[in-house]
Amino acid sequence: MYKVKVYVTLRESVLDPQGKAVMSSLHKMGQSEVEDVRIGKYLELTLQKGDYDLDEKIVSMCSKLLSNPVIEDYRYEVEEVVAQ
Amino acid sequence: MKFAVIVFPGSNCDTDMYHAVKDELGAEVEYVWHDATNLNQYDGILLPGGFSYGDYLRSGAIAQFSNVMTEVVKAAREGKPVLGVCNGFQILLETGLLPGAMRRNESLKFICQPEELVVENTSTIFTTQYEKGEVISVPVAHGEGNYYCDEETLEQLKANNQIVFTYRNNPNGSVENIAGITNEEGNVLGMMPHPERAVDELLGSKDGLKLFQSIVKSWRERYVAAT
Repeated sequence: MYKVKVYVTLRESVLDPQGKAVMSSLHKMGQSEVEDVRIGKYLELTLQKGDYDLDEKIVSMCSKLLSNPVIEDYRYEVEEVVAQ
Repeated sequence: MKFAVIVFPGSNCDTDMYHAVKDELGAEVEYVWHDATNLNQYDGILLPGGFSYGDYLRSGAIAQFSNVMTEVVKAAREGKPVLGVCNGFQILLETGLLPGAMRRNESLKFICQPEELVVENTSTIFTTQYEKGEVISVPVAHGEGNYYCDEETLEQLKANNQIVFTYRNNPNGSVENIAGITNEEGNVLGMMPHPERAVDELLGSKDGLKLFQSIVKSWRERYVAAT
């Protein structure tokens, strides 16, 4: 089995109002070193191994559903796990 | 002319849309469930507001893979009028029938209030009954109506006259005050404000009614007058 960890965030060019609100709150608690906050999503997929191209499959899922390429970027990590 | 109001799990403006078309416009209309696999008998498709599939992942994201959306895409390609309001607009963006995407409102607040819109384009099948530059009052109700597209897309929208409605007092941070856009062909309109909630003076405004009247008039001119 594969465990795929997908991280989705707003693209750098897109203003993240939630991130801005959290940053301002962090500043209020005295964390003045914080220069930027981006809020995103974290997804964990578990996939059966099979006769397929793993990267191609992940890219397809990420670009068609898990993220919206107009405003979001994604990156992912793959771990091999033993089925329980 | 017969309309379909598409109902997804979580749609909540479907009844308003149905009422506007049946009782105020006086046209034929039916509810169509999201797993329908045929829209051939309908001449116009209406995607209502709400929170389809709970807005899980992103507003409108899950709806794009429902059975009925395959048929909506087909209807759009055939040139049938397709109107998406609020969550319906978000679904049209996620499906790729319209360019761009929605972000959270700049204020991070859910906004529910009447808004003044400027009718920018009166040559679409949705706006022939308005005057160019007319200011109309139509309510908005959304948390994610902050329209975004890149510079290149914006230039295309302008060049093709795809920007149909703009906000007079931008409530959500949308690029270029955009409240509603069409596709390049002009038969698919997405807008965040709710014209179906502005169809009677009792509701505070009937400025939305002309949008539905425009659709019917354009359809009659194309299909009834020709035969």
